[in-house]
Amino acid sequence: MIDKDSFERIQGTVNGNDVTLFMKGSPQFPQCGFSAAVIQILDYLQVKYHSVDVLQDDGIRQGIKEFSNWPTIPQLYVKGEFVGGCDIIREMAQSGELAEMLDEKKIEYAAP
Amino acid sequence: MQINRKIESKLQAALAPQSLEVIDESHLHAGHVGARPEGETHFRVHVVSAAFAGRSRVERQRMVYAALAEELAGPVHALSIRAQTPDEA
Repeated sequence: MIDKDSFERIQGTVNGNDVTLFMKGSPQFPQCGFSAAVIQILDYLQVKYHSVDVLQDDGIRQGIKEFSNWPTIPQLYVKGEFVGGCDIIREMAQSGELAEMLDEKKIEYAAP
Repeated sequence: MQINRKIESKLQAALAPQSLEVIDESHLHAGHVGARPEGETHFRVHVVSAAFAGRSRVERQRMVYAALAEELAGPVHALSIRAQTPDEA
């Protein structure tokens, strides 16, 4: 079960940042290919994001899975809302839906 | 039972897919975190099922994750999912 402290920290993070990525490792040194793939997409679109390395914090690592009812990492949140993991972000990037969603949510990015 | 057979049978039971592919990609991740020497840790599934109709991407993946909760909590380290309806495939 997710503890109250982890839940509140996750809630605070996703509400306090327009775009949050929960990932393994850092944007400079991703520790997982799926996290690296999402970073690549966000960088390509030049989206500003806040990243959280779940490997540094076991409460967050386990808690984030219950918070979103999603068993895998990475996880992307935009304006407090869970968007998806690597497969979904990749599909949305390819179809153009990701850019549409960023437009809708008024997130700045550079159209490629 | 081999893990890929388990994944197949659970997805068959949960989603009655029109087509189902389960691909073991563990060899691509040999030596990475989460990889075991015996393999069967990284999978990719392509599920085509009418059960996905009217569901968002997130909802579809949750349906697949729910069917495979036991595997994901245990031996399966990574699962890449493509979930389509028969119309989209």
